[in-house]
Amino acid sequence: MPVEVRLPTVLRNSAGGRASVQANGSTVREVFEDLVRQFPLLAGQVVNDDGTMHKFVNVYRNDEDVRYLEKLDTKVSGDDVISVLPAVAGG
Amino acid sequence: MLRLSESTYLAVVGHSLDGLPDEACGVLAGRLGTGKVVTAYRCRNDAASARLYTINGQDLLRADRDAQARGLEIIGVYHSHTHTEPYPSPTDVAQAPDPEWHYVIVSLREAEPRLRSYRIVGETITEEPVVVERR
Repeated sequence: MPVEVRLPTVLRNSAGGRASVQANGSTVREVFEDLVRQFPLLAGQVVNDDGTMHKFVNVYRNDEDVRYLEKLDTKVSGDDVISVLPAVAGG
Repeated sequence: MLRLSESTYLAVVGHSLDGLPDEACGVLAGRLGTGKVVTAYRCRNDAASARLYTINGQDLLRADRDAQARGLEIIGVYHSHTHTEPYPSPTDVAQAPDPEWHYVIVSLREAEPRLRSYRIVGETITEEPVVVERR
């Protein structure tokens, strides 16, 4: 069952202009792998080539930051919403 | 150009003053491409620093959801500079996440707060006019 993935404005151009897309997977990693299959331009923008999470994005399963769960191995199910947001910082 | 109502302008400047001695930060919601800010969301500064800011992730998530429910999106970010000019620092440029966003800086260096807005594309910083609309 697909989950909804919400994308920040900066990634939408890589996903056909969409704010929200559907992807399949039982973990956050699998969901992003499916997203990259659908939208190859998203490669490297959320998950690095070495399989770690990009430093400048935060990923949430519903209200929970997956960094405090099991990171990319966090389980997802059909009614979850995955939100990707930029990490916003500066000086 | 960045357009915002007087009440949003005062909310952003007021939050910047409330945040002292640390930098204050938040995000701006509107419709991308219009430059019109409909509302501003205060966010916690996880860096709790007078020199740095990090938008609290939960606050950003909540702002994003609220904006979405209102048919808006996050179109920019604001933060204060407590002791420096209202101009993006190298850290601001290095960590600017979105070339379509508006980057608002409120300088509290002088007695009178100064609010400026910039576009940051790659390493190119361009100041844009700020229009405060009185209704």
